[in-house]
Amino acid sequence: MHPVLLKTDVLFFVLLAALSVYVLYARRHEHLCAPWRQVARQPLGMAAAVILCCYLLIAILDSMHFRAALPAAGEGGAVYSRDLTSVFDVLVSPLRTNVERTYSAPFAAEAYAKEVVELADGSNERAYPRLEHGGAHLRDPASERGADIAARLIGGIALGSVLTLALGVVMVTMCARGADRTWAATALRMLRGDAAVPWRPIFATAGLLLLLLGCAIELSPFYHVFGTDQVGNDVLYQALKSIRTGLLIGTLTTLVMLPFALTLGLAAGYFGGWVDDAIQYFYTTLSSIPGVLLVAASALMLEVYMSRHGDSYASLAARADLRLLALCMILGVTNWTSLCRYLRGEAFKLRNVEFVEAARAFGVSDGKILRRHILPNIMHIVMISIVLDFSGLVLAEAVLTYVDIGVDPSMESWGNMINGARLELAREPVVWWSLCAAFTLMFVLVLAANVFADAVRDAFDPRLRGAE
Amino acid sequence: MIAYVTRRVLYALPILLGVNVITFVLFFVINSPDDMARLHLGSKHITHAAVENWKAERGYDKPLLWNTTQRGAAQLTDTIFYQNTVKLFLFQFGQSDSGRDIGFDISQRMGPSLAVTLPVFLLSLLLTITLALGFAVLRGTYFDTWAVVLCVAMMSVSSLFYIIGGQFLFGKVLRLVPISGFDGGMAAFKFIVLPVVVSVIAQLGYGIRWYRTLFLEEINRDYVRTARAKGLAESTVLLAHVLRNALVPILTGVVVILPTLFIGNLIVESFFSIPGLGSYTIEAIQSQDFAIVRAMVFLGSLLYILGLILTDISYTLVDPRVRLQ
Repeated sequence: MHPVLLKTDVLFFVLLAALSVYVLYARRHEHLCAPWRQVARQPLGMAAAVILCCYLLIAILDSMHFRAALPAAGEGGAVYSRDLTSVFDVLVSPLRTNVERTYSAPFAAEAYAKEVVELADGSNERAYPRLEHGGAHLRDPASERGADIAARLIGGIALGSVLTLALGVVMVTMCARGADRTWAATALRMLRGDAAVPWRPIFATAGLLLLLLGCAIELSPFYHVFGTDQVGNDVLYQALKSIRTGLLIGTLTTLVMLPFALTLGLAAGYFGGWVDDAIQYFYTTLSSIPGVLLVAASALMLEVYMSRHGDSYASLAARADLRLLALCMILGVTNWTSLCRYLRGEAFKLRNVEFVEAARAFGVSDGKILRRHILPNIMHIVMISIVLDFSGLVLAEAVLTYVDIGVDPSMESWGNMINGARLELAREPVVWWSLCAAFTLMFVLVLAANVFADAVRDAFDPRLRGAE
Repeated sequence: MIAYVTRRVLYALPILLGVNVITFVLFFVINSPDDMARLHLGSKHITHAAVENWKAERGYDKPLLWNTTQRGAAQLTDTIFYQNTVKLFLFQFGQSDSGRDIGFDISQRMGPSLAVTLPVFLLSLLLTITLALGFAVLRGTYFDTWAVVLCVAMMSVSSLFYIIGGQFLFGKVLRLVPISGFDGGMAAFKFIVLPVVVSVIAQLGYGIRWYRTLFLEEINRDYVRTARAKGLAESTVLLAHVLRNALVPILTGVVVILPTLFIGNLIVESFFSIPGLGSYTIEAIQSQDFAIVRAMVFLGSLLYILGLILTDISYTLVDPRVRLQ
């Protein structure tokens, strides 16, 4: 096994590290804890957070890449495969390796289209051939399939329930230790909904996810739960792999644009004068180009650039990865102007506030005033805009990919899935499962992000806080 | 008033110039015309002559900013920057990379774009404002809560889903309207219905939520309480007071997009094969026609800046507090 760090992996882990540092820092500062505690009291927001964590976990597992060692190792040490594998791939390996020849419907045991099949007596017949993996363990699919699926579903639900119960026990135990109550009293308190944190919706969401996981564990090695696509890949696997792409675009874009928006916005608002004029001119110009067109123009130029340097990439994956990173940067450049404008306005207001004037009178340098006095007072705007932008970016990926200016066609993404499956709607019978899987997973992520963003905004926006 | 408008227009000029500098840098500095030629001509083993020929046909063989082989003013004008970028200011869009006149294509394609975007704009404005006002009246009730939940859910659905779903349901299953296509004159109606309906629905969730917040902010103001205390009917309070006062924030969002309606909606036009400017842009992106993309970036920015100027003017019309200074 030979670990490989793609560029986006590095940035993603940097982002996670920054997040952990923030959490550790915030834990020791009451004024940072308070709004988060308010977020934690909102039932819907916390349910959404559970779903987001689940997506995040998949993305993290899918970001740990390595090149697997090939079995036929020569004398000169191990030989590694050229293909990248991630930890997530290993966990779901039946999904990855159960490849059919072409389309098949969800839970099907036979292919989608008729083919010429050779019968036992040597004659040929046009029939639906059996799939290589989907339902391959059944002797007579027509009569056994329904019962088999039902049995496995029940098994999956049982497994999910056991996992849910285990999670409940762990949660109660941890809370009981933290709150110094007896185990039973804590459990009762959480079940009744008396605790400050709404445990019931959290538990219900986590339970639902675990039930789905249980069913997937039982069913997916034997059936293609969401069918297969044109080249026979499992659609569920693709949809799950797309989570990483979607999350990366939603988070890395913000990470890329944040330094620009912060420095320029604060400088413009704080210093005023010609600095302000220059920065304002700059972002007004950028923002007056319609977003899609700017992205299109940049992506087109990226294409030219990539074709010029086509040979210098280690692998197809590295190339696709670089394109993803470039897309994040392009989206970041087109998106930072609104945040910059907000920050400028806020810094402009703070410049004349008494504590800043006092600091200036004491001879504190501008850099230190910006860092110690202004920056902490605008962080809530940054926080709100990060979570608000996320869902829009995830949706934008699909649209941009459809227009051919999004992620690389070889990369798993919801946009590519939709793009590939769109034309198949004209077929008879309709191939609907790819679209369905992509839209469902995207919808759940975006909905959770929107709900969570609302909770965060309610907690962090001082204007809203005053209104209550 | 005239002086004010003149000043605003003059202020827009440097911004447009900036836009052009950005596109110039993007298209000609980051990548040289040689790279574009190679991408277009395809294979890697291509003769130098073919590249030069491609560049000469499109006028990309000139120096970038300063032509030392010419004399006088031609030193400035016979350059890529002047020919391909400055000329956009004069609405001379030149020829596309495939040799068609871009200006003519744009004038031909504005009509179909408007035929979709204008009904969408009017319908969704009417629907969102009416519904948002209704939900603002019912604020705090279960109905309102569920309406907001529904709005968030509708916002979370990808616009591609609305389009594909609409085409599938109304075009394929119910066979009410053609799936895609376009026709001139009144015959266009049956082609336009579906894109319009789909676009309106796709914007509904976000729009209602946005306007609802605006109205709620106004409804909690003191003047509303005063108006009610005077014994005015609730409908008068809402329509004559709340709506009128909410007009300023509404205008900010609405007037800005008015001119950009000409550009059309890229995705919708492409899905429904409407020969407007949106699908024009998409085709240009897909066939990597740099000249068209450049022209559309300029046109888009121009219309956006026009929208900003119109917004400022409209403020002076609805809000007596705004003075022309």
